[in-house]
Formats: sequence, structure tokens, C-alpha cells
Amino acid sequence: MPFACIFVPDFPVEAILRAEPGLRSQPLAVLEGKPPLQKVFAANENARRAGVTAGMTKLQIEACAGLAFRARSLLQETAAHAALLDCAQSFSPRVEDAAPDTIVLDLLGMELLFGTLPKIARDLTRRALDLGLTANVAMAANPDTAVLAARGFRGITVIPEGKESERLGNLPVEFLVAGQPESEQLLQTLHRWGIRNLRDLAALPDVALSERLGQRGVYLQKLARGQTSRTLVPVDPPLLFEEAIELEYPLTLLEPLAFLLGRLLDQLCARLASRALATQELRLELELADGYREEEDCVGTSAPARPSRAQARQRFHRTLRLPLPLLDSKTFLKLLQLDLRAHPPGAPIVKIHLAAEPVRPRPGQSGLFLPPSPEPEKLELTLARIAGIVGEDKVGSLEILDTHRPQGFRMQHFVPRDPQEKTEKTENSDDLVTALRIFRPPAAVTVTLCEGRPTFISCLKRKETRGEILWAAGPWRSSGDWWEHEGWARDEWDIAVQEETSIGLYRLVRDLLGGRWLLEGTYD
Amino acid sequence: MSSFPLFPTEAVRRPVASVASNSSARVFDRLAALPKLAEVTPASRLTLRPTPEMVSSGVREIDALTGGLPRGCLTEVCGPVSSGRTSLLLAALAAATQRQEACALVDVSDAFDPLSAAMAAVHFESLLWIRCGDEQAAAERRKNTAHGASRGCGSQEDLAPKGRKIGRSEGNVEQALRVTDLLLQSGGFGLVIIDLGDVPLKFARRIPLTSWFRFQRAIEHTPTVLFVITQSPCAQTCAALLLKLQTDKKLSAFSSQLSGKPVTHTKLLDGFRVETEILRSRMPRKPAQSASAAFSTRTVRAG
Repeated sequence: MPFACIFVPDFPVEAILRAEPGLRSQPLAVLEGKPPLQKVFAANENARRAGVTAGMTKLQIEACAGLAFRARSLLQETAAHAALLDCAQSFSPRVEDAAPDTIVLDLLGMELLFGTLPKIARDLTRRALDLGLTANVAMAANPDTAVLAARGFRGITVIPEGKESERLGNLPVEFLVAGQPESEQLLQTLHRWGIRNLRDLAALPDVALSERLGQRGVYLQKLARGQTSRTLVPVDPPLLFEEAIELEYPLTLLEPLAFLLGRLLDQLCARLASRALATQELRLELELADGYREEEDCVGTSAPARPSRAQARQRFHRTLRLPLPLLDSKTFLKLLQLDLRAHPPGAPIVKIHLAAEPVRPRPGQSGLFLPPSPEPEKLELTLARIAGIVGEDKVGSLEILDTHRPQGFRMQHFVPRDPQEKTEKTENSDDLVTALRIFRPPAAVTVTLCEGRPTFISCLKRKETRGEILWAAGPWRSSGDWWEHEGWARDEWDIAVQEETSIGLYRLVRDLLGGRWLLEGTYD
Repeated sequence: MSSFPLFPTEAVRRPVASVASNSSARVFDRLAALPKLAEVTPASRLTLRPTPEMVSSGVREIDALTGGLPRGCLTEVCGPVSSGRTSLLLAALAAATQRQEACALVDVSDAFDPLSAAMAAVHFESLLWIRCGDEQAAAERRKNTAHGASRGCGSQEDLAPKGRKIGRSEGNVEQALRVTDLLLQSGGFGLVIIDLGDVPLKFARRIPLTSWFRFQRAIEHTPTVLFVITQSPCAQTCAALLLKLQTDKKLSAFSSQLSGKPVTHTKLLDGFRVETEILRSRMPRKPAQSASAAFSTRTVRAG
């Protein structure tokens, strides 16, 4: 029964490096505590080589040249742990969350799907690297041996069944007792006995060890021999895709913000891709520096805007809703950029939190002979850009409302119909419709009446519309919504006006409530 | 392995060479002697042009006259107010949306009437309607441009010189050109319509020819039909098909008979006859001289 363990060494450092990959080649220390009592909590290999160890004060490490240090971020560690779980879940449904930096997988039956154990180990390492984490991967016949090997050996380790004691033998006993209660005392005892590595511990006689250290000693010896047996405790992590960055300094410009958002989106998309999911909703939450206002709003498609919430102090929310599930970080970034350009936060940013709502991806197969249709990613970007030019409420597809009120329609987000959908065929009529061109807003006109019928018209706004009315058909009286505040009542006339060079056909409206004559449009 | 020529160069050159003047033939021969240009034929010397696919305009008479609307080309329809341009626009939209193609309408004057479109059987799910003329957005954008903020879209040059006040129509045209740029670059639309029908001539004619060339270039070799409605021709040589619409003369004749008498709505607007004339066509079935056809429209309401 093969098990795999993914272990991320220096996990707090890796969580920071995930957000700032540029620091990977530099010595980096992670500090914990409140200033000025900050102490080193973790450091990477380069920093350790420079002499940085856990527990050193910030003042001490400031003397090291070229050393970068960051404050510990629990938010980023949570996100890194979730990414690690996603990585494991993409290979096996039975996953144990052993520690924030350690995940154990049951690979029973997975060889048929993913290939041999070394191949799965390589794929696991690559997937973790895609998620921004450098991990050790070990495989063994039992979970404890896999965990020990992953913590003890760099890179990929595959231990065949029966060779556990031999492979683990070189590991120092510190690996075994790390994290155990009273580990210091136990370690001193083992050192007094001259036990330096697991091979020495495995070679001790069982009974004598039991007499001196009790059941705990026997268990440790079994671990050293790789002979433990236990049931995996699988977890079913919720599908939460969230990433966050806490900034050292407040951010005031859009460009560096876009740079950080790009990284977060890359990580989110990699996580979603590892679970074969896409997203239809992105939620951006920006924590603003002290003393600034709060705002909450929604953008995108069909959902109405949420009201402001008083409890979200100094936070700026934007929600990007997409008509189709997408998984393209560049598209998301451009959409967020366009949205933030249109709705700037209005204050320096100290924390960025980005969440994606997971959905099943749309099938990408389309027919060869289907009519042309815009690509959803490109279309969303184009619509966002057009909305930036003409205004958000001036672009989209229209829906006619069930009312007789003039201009009874509303705009909605444009989602092109799936060409594979079958539609009802409309009967083509040979006659064309005489179309009306609307004047928005309607032009006020002066009308001369003769026996209740309009005979002469003059419009100040449209100087060409002035002349004798040749024909006048009407009136058609309509009214509605009189039971509400916005009632309307009007008489419509269709008129033909002799203009300078031609005859113009217009729709003339008399607003019965306001008593005004309006030119609503022209027949064309 | 030798490179395969795109066109049968020798077959094309021979008949043309005899007609060409001596000096140009000499230049051409000198260029043709260059190894890199040996297989290249100037576009002006091609005898065959690829024939664009034609799609229905939604009006039988116009289809019979022109063969339909050419894909990958610019079609311009011009005519005065009340000449039937919008009726033709709705017919083309209805035909394209019934073919389940995604369509976009760049409404420069915000004059589109949804009820007329619904009566013309336009499927709104496939229609992207862009209403130009948001003065607030335009003002904000101009302000951003003035402050040096990046525009992030389009490459359309400003119509108005710096420091001059931009009028409403002019601002709308500028918006429309930028929007059209984005739509055509995005691709995937079967029909893109620019409605310049209510834009004053002085502004419509101020649209740079480079814009029309860019639009034409953007839709070349794509299935997009670019359909432009204007009061008088603007796109000039960029338009592969130029139609002129005008009201039937009978309308004027009836006017004198019916003047002063009460008429019904049906009598006024039914049988609204429109005459169509081809002013330019680059199609292979180009007529020897301008040809014309007529069609009529029906009223939305009866009575």
C-alpha cells in the first residue's frame, strides 16, 4: 500500500517566497513578534549559511549584508497550506493533513492513473513548484516512513517495501524525536547512549529498550525500522480558493498593485487548474490605510449591486462576475485593472485579499461549421474596455420589458448565445419593417394646430425639422402607470414634414401630463 | 526544397507586361531580378482576386442586385433622413442574428429603437448594442488623457486638435471609432454595424481615411461584415460595396394628393418604397453601370 508525503522545508519562508519569488536566490529571514522585540522565526538555506539562526533578534541579523527579512504572515501561510492540499488532492482523494508543511497521500490504485511511483513523485514535485512551493516528496509503504523520509531527504525519495530501515538508517535521531513531548530529555538520553542515527536505534534490543524507555521507546524504534502501521486520517478540505498579501508599505499606484494582483491570480489559477476547476466570480478585498473611507460595489454581469456594509471598516470590495467560467489569469488581471481604473480605491492599500468562486469549467469543444462567435476571454476584455469608453450602462444586450411605457427596455450583460443551441426559426416575411430612429432625449418642438391637428412644426434643436406638415396620422392615445408616481399619458402622431430637400417622416408626441410637444424619432 | 509561389507569377506577368509602359516594366524587371522578389507579384498586377463569401442582407431585392453583403469587406449604405437606411439595417441584423451570428451595433447617436428591432425579428441575445454619447465617461477619459494616464485600448487618433472644444456629435464619433477598433480587434462577430445616420456630414467626413483603412484591414480574411450607415459616402475607396438609398418619388407625388386630408397610419407608412442604387462594387459581378432596385417596407402598427 504506497503512501506519499509532501513536505515543504522552511514553510514560513516558502509562504513568503510564494508571493515574492524574486527573493528565492537571496538570504531571507522571517521575523515574528511585535517591534522592537522581533526575532527570527525561520530562515532559508542561504540565510542559515550567512549565520542566521532561529531566535536571533532583528538587531543581530541587520548586521548580515544582503539579508532580506519579512514579517511572518499567517494569511500567506494559510494560503500556502491550502495550495499544498490542492496539490495533493489533484493526485489522490485520500489526503491527510499531517501538519501545515506536511501532507500525506494514499496512492493505492493511483499507479494505474498516473504511472509509476517515481513518476508520481516527479509530478507531485512539479505541481508543487507550479503552485510556488519547493517541496520534498517521499514514497514508502507506510505513512510514517514517508513522512520521515520527506523530512530527512531533499528532493524525491522512493523507498521500496522492506528497505525502510536501510534507507532511513542514516537519518539523525533528531528527526525522530522532533515534535515529540519531552524531546530534549529523550534526545539527551539517546546521545548519552551513543545513539546518533536511526540505524543505531533500530539495532537496539527491543526488550532492553522497552525496559528503559517504555512503550514510547518501542514506538520510536518501530519508526526507525519503518515498521509502524496506522490508518490514514483523510480530510476533505473545503473548496476555498483565497490568496492574500500583507504589504510592508502602503501601495498608492495601480501599476505595482497590478503586479501583485498578477501573482495572486497566477497562484489562484494554478490552484484551480490543479483541481480541474474554473471560476466565474472573483472577489477582491483591499484593506486601506487608516483614515480612509469604505466602499463596496459589484461589477460585471447580471447580479445587482450589494449595499454597503458598516461592519467592513476601511475595506474596499470589488466583485467581478463573469458570464462564463474562465481560467486565464491574464484576462482576470486585465479585467481587474480596467475595473480598478474605473473605480479606484481612493486610499493607500495595506493588504490584498483575492478569492475565486470555483465552478466546473465549460466544455471547450465547438463545431467546425458553427457560425462565428467571439472568444469569451477576449469578449470580456473588449466589453470592459468599451464600458470604460462609453459607460457601463451603455453597453450590452437589451431586454424588452413587459410594459407599454415608451422605451421600456433594459440593458444587460452581453453573453453571446451558444451557436450549438437550437433556436426557434422565425418566419421570414418579405415585407420589411419601417424602422423608427429614436431621438434621445426627445426634441422639444413648437406645433401649430388647426382643428386639433398639427399643421406646422418647428424644432429649435433640429433646425432642419421645420416646415408644413403634409400628412398627419393620429392621434394614438396611450397611458399607463397612473397608479404609481411615474405615470405617463401621451398622444402619438405620425407626420410627414416637407423639408428643404426631401420629405421627413417623424413621430410627434404630445405629453398629456406635461403639456409639451416632443419629437420622438424619425421613420427611416 | 524550393519555395512554392503564392500565385502563378509568369502567367500573370506576361499579358500585363505588354500593356505596361517601358519605364515601369524596366523597374519591375529589375525588381523581379532580385532573388528575394522573384516570386512576388504586385497586387496591382493580379488578375484574380479572391471572391468574398456573400451573406444575405435580409432584403431579397438587394440580394438580387448585389449578391448580398460581402464578408471581410466594408459595406456602406448612404442616404438622407427617411430613406430606409434603418429598415435595411434592421433587416441585415435580423438575417445575421437568425443565422446565430454574434452582431454588434455601434450606435453613434443612440437612435436604435428596440421595438422596431423586435418587430423586424432581431434576436436580441446575439446583439451587442453599444450606445455612444456618455458625456461623463468621455469627459473623464479626456481628463485622464490630459493627465498622461495610459488609455489601454485602441489606437485611434483624436478627431479634434488639442485645445479645441469637442462637440457632442464629434465626441460620439470619436467614441464610436474607438469602440469599433476594439470590436474588430476582438474578432468573432459576424456583423458589425456603425450607425452614423444622424451624424452631421461635416463630422462624418472628418473621420480620417486611415481609420477606414484600418477597419478594412482588420476584417480582411475574417467572416465579419462591416456595415456602415451614413448620410453621404465617407469610407471612399475602403468600401467594397456602396449603396445609395432614397425614397421613392411616389412619396412626393402622394403628398400633394393627400395634403390636408386626414389619413390613417397604414396609409402613411405602409408601402414605404425605397430605391437602392449601387454606387460602387468591387465584387466580380460588378455591373457595367450603376444598377438599381426598389423594395418596400411595412408599418409596425395597423390602423
